[in-house]
Amino acid sequence: MFGYYLDLALRSLKRNKVLTALMVVAVALGIGASMTALTVLHVLSGDPVPGRSGHLYYPQIDPRDMDGYQPGGEPPDQVSWIDGMNLLNAHRADQQALMTGGAVPIQPTRANLDPFFAQARYTTADFFPMFGVPFEYGSAWNADADERHAHIAVISRTLNDKLFGGRDSVGQTIRANDADLRIVGVVDDWRPDPHFYDLYQGTYAENEDVFVPLSTSTDLKLPHIGSTDCWGQTPPGSDGLKQAPCTWLQFWVELDSPAKAAAYKTFLTHYSQEQKTLGRFLRPPGVRLRNVMQWLDFNKVVPGDVRLQTWLAFGFLLVCLVNTVGLMLAKFLRRGGEIGVRRALGASRRAVFEQLLIEAGMVGLAGGIGGLLLALLGLWLVRRQPADYAKLAHLDPVMLLVTFALAIGATLLAGLLPAWRACRIAPALQLKGN
Amino acid sequence: MDILPILSTLRRHKITALLIVLEIALTCAIVCNAVFLITQRLHRMDMPSGVAMHELVQVQVATIGAQPDSRARTQEDLAALQRIPGVESVTLTNQLPFTNSSWNSSIELSPTQTQPTLNATLYRGEHLLQTLGARLVAGRHFSADEYMYYEDVQRDPTAVPRSSLIVIITQGLAQRLWPGESALGKTIYLGDRVPLRVVGVVAGLIRPSLSNGDNTAQWSMVLPLRMSLGTGGNYVLRTKPAERQRVIKAAIAALKKLDPKRVITQQRTLDDARAQFFQSDRAMTGLLLGVIIALLLVTGLGIVGLASFWVAQRRRTIGVRRALGATRADILRYFQTENFLLATIGIVLGMVLAYGINLLLMQHYELPRLPWMYFPAGAIALWLIGQLAVLGPALRAAHVPPVVATRTV
Repeated sequence: MFGYYLDLALRSLKRNKVLTALMVVAVALGIGASMTALTVLHVLSGDPVPGRSGHLYYPQIDPRDMDGYQPGGEPPDQVSWIDGMNLLNAHRADQQALMTGGAVPIQPTRANLDPFFAQARYTTADFFPMFGVPFEYGSAWNADADERHAHIAVISRTLNDKLFGGRDSVGQTIRANDADLRIVGVVDDWRPDPHFYDLYQGTYAENEDVFVPLSTSTDLKLPHIGSTDCWGQTPPGSDGLKQAPCTWLQFWVELDSPAKAAAYKTFLTHYSQEQKTLGRFLRPPGVRLRNVMQWLDFNKVVPGDVRLQTWLAFGFLLVCLVNTVGLMLAKFLRRGGEIGVRRALGASRRAVFEQLLIEAGMVGLAGGIGGLLLALLGLWLVRRQPADYAKLAHLDPVMLLVTFALAIGATLLAGLLPAWRACRIAPALQLKGN
Repeated sequence: MDILPILSTLRRHKITALLIVLEIALTCAIVCNAVFLITQRLHRMDMPSGVAMHELVQVQVATIGAQPDSRARTQEDLAALQRIPGVESVTLTNQLPFTNSSWNSSIELSPTQTQPTLNATLYRGEHLLQTLGARLVAGRHFSADEYMYYEDVQRDPTAVPRSSLIVIITQGLAQRLWPGESALGKTIYLGDRVPLRVVGVVAGLIRPSLSNGDNTAQWSMVLPLRMSLGTGGNYVLRTKPAERQRVIKAAIAALKKLDPKRVITQQRTLDDARAQFFQSDRAMTGLLLGVIIALLLVTGLGIVGLASFWVAQRRRTIGVRRALGATRADILRYFQTENFLLATIGIVLGMVLAYGINLLLMQHYELPRLPWMYFPAGAIALWLIGQLAVLGPALRAAHVPPVVATRTV
């Protein structure tokens, strides 16, 4: 029966080519636009560290003075050197890393390369196992290297390609800011999007090319890049940002169970109280402990424009569907005579209904294929945009399925009303009219 | 034209008529808001900067390793850049408009205040305002002996003499802090209660980043602080618009000649920086325009399709009317009036919907209220599209010969 209905649908669609084309084009345009927008939204609101994001937390405490204090206000979104070091050395979490961003001047030994700045991350040993960073060559450094202020570095695959032609460079040195750093590892392709652990580098920023122990980076005075938020007065003669009342570091912890997370939050409150007793903190404890997705959500990382585009695209799809309902209704009712004859010859309402829905589904399928092509074109256009998230806009298998589900589902929905109206045609009336 | 027969016909095609009305309403609502969004974006991209946009170029350098004598080397750099033919003025600054990275500080109006009044941007650089071409509207510029080295101030903020505790602010900031009063001679308290006396007011100087909201775009101030290579290498040069590319090349060559080891991290005209700054607004404008065109096209074609269907369905009725004496013009006008009626209902519904969408956008995207002008403009646009779309099918209807009435289908 299905085959027969398909045949009937094809014949009917061929009979009025312009109307069919209008319907297919409208569905394709609507699907193309909404799938482009939805894919961009899907890519941008993705989980940067799947499987780990639920266990990774971003502790926040409030070390500021009373200026600008409001009860219940948000604590700063970074930590100071003193607090960062205190929390790091407390070892209260399963794993923890203190870090900040920077740019390392690289002086290549090869004569044909000019000196350049490489995006860098100054961090502590747990960064690599905690975030699940894959290695192409070598490995991460350990806590001992942090203690020794070792002159070592982990570099990205991109930088390894540029400096060493992609060969195993473990044991080689790079010259950075007039110091030699020994390479201990080369990171394999790894790009968490959004760049969750430090959003100040750009929400969808490329990954860093050089990783250096935090202790070493302050010894070598490697330039810091990122947000520095200060209050009060810097004690005179202080060593850079270390003693300054400024937050400029990110501190991440791994807590494997909700119980541990709750315990850690209590620890943060106790720490704040203790610091207040010591006179370092002035405000009542202001503590937050968000996991990766909560942190991204709190920072509203998905650009407002992308959300707006998604709404716009779905509004457009709605218009296209209303249009299709109208056209399909016109088409089905015009065949009142034919339907009347079929009904008179014994076809049940249900059979007519099914057949008309199959016809609607075929429009949906054709519209889905057209929409997919348009979505691919749309995503290609998005990728040509200069925004830093543009390069990520690719259709994945999930979204491919969603495209067809959306196209056929939407058209079937659009076909319901016309098919229902058409199958209720009284056979006698139509026959009489003819 | 009698409307009653049209209404009674439409009553027989309730669902189809309703669908046309719905489509027109949705299109009207979305298009009105999309056009409004476009004008907002265009307005944003047109934001005044307060500086000589077409005459400025930025060349940023970074040095590697320890840098002794940074002040002497800065003076050498500046002298070399000033010698380039066509360069009218040059200075080293901490930041420039449209470059997205900025130095900001909270401001208070009294030393005992616990909540800051607002947050504003801090520009630094010797003769920065003159180089940028910002227009002084009250007071004076800083004099040469008032400038201090930023690194000295940073090292010991208490050593700043009273004569250097001065600031030049923008008109926008002055009006926000002291509405309707002259800002000259007034004092603001910076960050940790450093008192600064206002000695000058400039017409405008946009902040490098608008992350605090577009309404704070002009909240900038300039301090009499001289920069040196020890605290960053952001050079800004002023020249004739046509000379900009040549000046950039010459500046890089001059800087490289003085120190081959340094890295050029940025080289562009301020116009390019501005274009890059507003790139997402430009992309959004294009996208909205595309959606508007597609929507109107789909709606127009939908009306063509449905009208054609109605004409075909009513061929016999039309024939009968023609046979009973209706002229071609009567038939044409019948379909045009029908479309006008449907469009009008759609437009009225659309306006209500447009207003609703606008309210939602106001909540989530800090948009202003939709100006009333959009309603008549949107109505006229949709009436026109409706009439244009129905014209073809209506003409076909008008050409139905009266003889059709005598035939059975």
